Amino acid sequence: MNLPKELKYSEEHEWVKQEGDNKVRIGITDFAQDELGDIVFVELPEEGDELEYNTPFGSVESVKTVSELYAPVSGKVLEVNSELDESPENVNDSPYEDGWMIVVEMSDPSQLDNLMDADKYESMVSE
Amino acid sequence: MSQLKRTPLYPVYKDEAKLVPFGGWEMPVQFSGIKAEHERVRTRAGLFDVSHMGEVEVTGPDALALLQQLMTNDVSTLESGRIQYTAMCYPDGGTVDDLLVYKRSDERYLLVINAANIEKDVEWIRKHATGNVRVTNVSDETALLALQGPQAETILQKLTETDLASIKPFHFQEEVRLGDVRGLVSRTGYTGEDGFEIYLPAEDAPVLWKRILEAGEEEGVAPCGLGARDTLRFEARLALYGNELSASITPVEAGLGFAVKPGKGDFIGREVLAKQKEEGPPRKLVGLEMIGRGIPRSHYPVYVGEEEVGEITSGTQSPTLKKNMGLALLQSEHAQLGNEVDVDIRGKRIPAKIVKTPFYQRSKQ
Repeated sequence: MNLPKELKYSEEHEWVKQEGDNKVRIGITDFAQDELGDIVFVELPEEGDELEYNTPFGSVESVKTVSELYAPVSGKVLEVNSELDESPENVNDSPYEDGWMIVVEMSDPSQLDNLMDADKYESMVSE
Repeated sequence: MSQLKRTPLYPVYKDEAKLVPFGGWEMPVQFSGIKAEHERVRTRAGLFDVSHMGEVEVTGPDALALLQQLMTNDVSTLESGRIQYTAMCYPDGGTVDDLLVYKRSDERYLLVINAANIEKDVEWIRKHATGNVRVTNVSDETALLALQGPQAETILQKLTETDLASIKPFHFQEEVRLGDVRGLVSRTGYTGEDGFEIYLPAEDAPVLWKRILEAGEEEGVAPCGLGARDTLRFEARLALYGNELSASITPVEAGLGFAVKPGKGDFIGREVLAKQKEEGPPRKLVGLEMIGRGIPRSHYPVYVGEEEVGEITSGTQSPTLKKNMGLALLQSEHAQLGNEVDVDIRGKRIPAKIVKTPFYQRSKQ
């Protein structure tokens, strides 16, 4: 399982990468994409939408199931990876690079403290 | 929660497959991935462990009379060595199960039933058994492998001297020698492709599993899970009990009227089913292709304007068509081909149109 050390992780299997004081990039973990299997559809919010911590902001669908995406932080959506419309399999092939989902401007950066580091996330999912 | 059951093949693939609970069983949902396995079956061949399916022997001088009373299809027309698809219904026409009937001889039949329904079916069959007939559940000692795809015959032929080309669709042959083991070989399947299903003693299943994978290496056979089995049967519009059929859905509503023969004489559910065949059922199973973005899933409501007119029974992105498709049970007046409906996908109404089924049909040679 690939879990980059520089990222933070949520209990709902999102990764969060800090890219500035208030800016984070968000996607789902290698563990999550593997559990879902072949991803065929990703539904994301639009630029400018407001996200609320721990509430659904979109969904990922594999051939078999639907899985909701939960906001790991509150804030405003700055960018959306529209390439996933045409190439949802990028989430399987490259969950931390091409498979990124949104960039968010955080309204409360202290929410990052609720997230796990790679070691803690790994022990959570291997239980 | 009770312990999940495992098939005799569990030890063979437990480390290479992703396992999930299914109908009380711990079964492989995928090996390499659902899309890859689906494609493999459509173009080459796939090997499935479907040993969770139930097998029930019905034997004795009154076997046929019992089956005629239980089944919607006319079992009396079945010849030895042949297989019939049928439903078994409640008096109100709702479905107990859908199944295959194998006729071995005039007094010996084998029923192949859905895994999740084994106890219920056996109880139902025994409850109606009268006279000189024996009902034996042989599910636990019987394994079932399905080899499906255009290369299935070429691969299986390498293991046997029996001429497999002589086993036509919906025919079977017993005691076929396949390498070191023997089994009942049936030209049937649940994928929309040509292929075989092989019934054999549970203890012989691991050997045959390995032999088939070895024999088919050149043809590109791959082990496949229940995930691909579901997308394959979905594209071919083969009903899945619990989705397209249930105690509250009749076989006529599910588009299985071809397996309902009211003219054969009395059977359980006849009155309701005969009326539905004659006047048309209140609901019909249709195919949907999404127009808007979204994937329909089981139980999502379907609307025409503000009126709820039915629900999705199965849905996914069709791996062959790469389109988001669904099967839906709709009120008959809204079930015309070409009609537009809305599917309620987690609170959003997404447009779809009624299209022809099956979504996939193999080209016959």
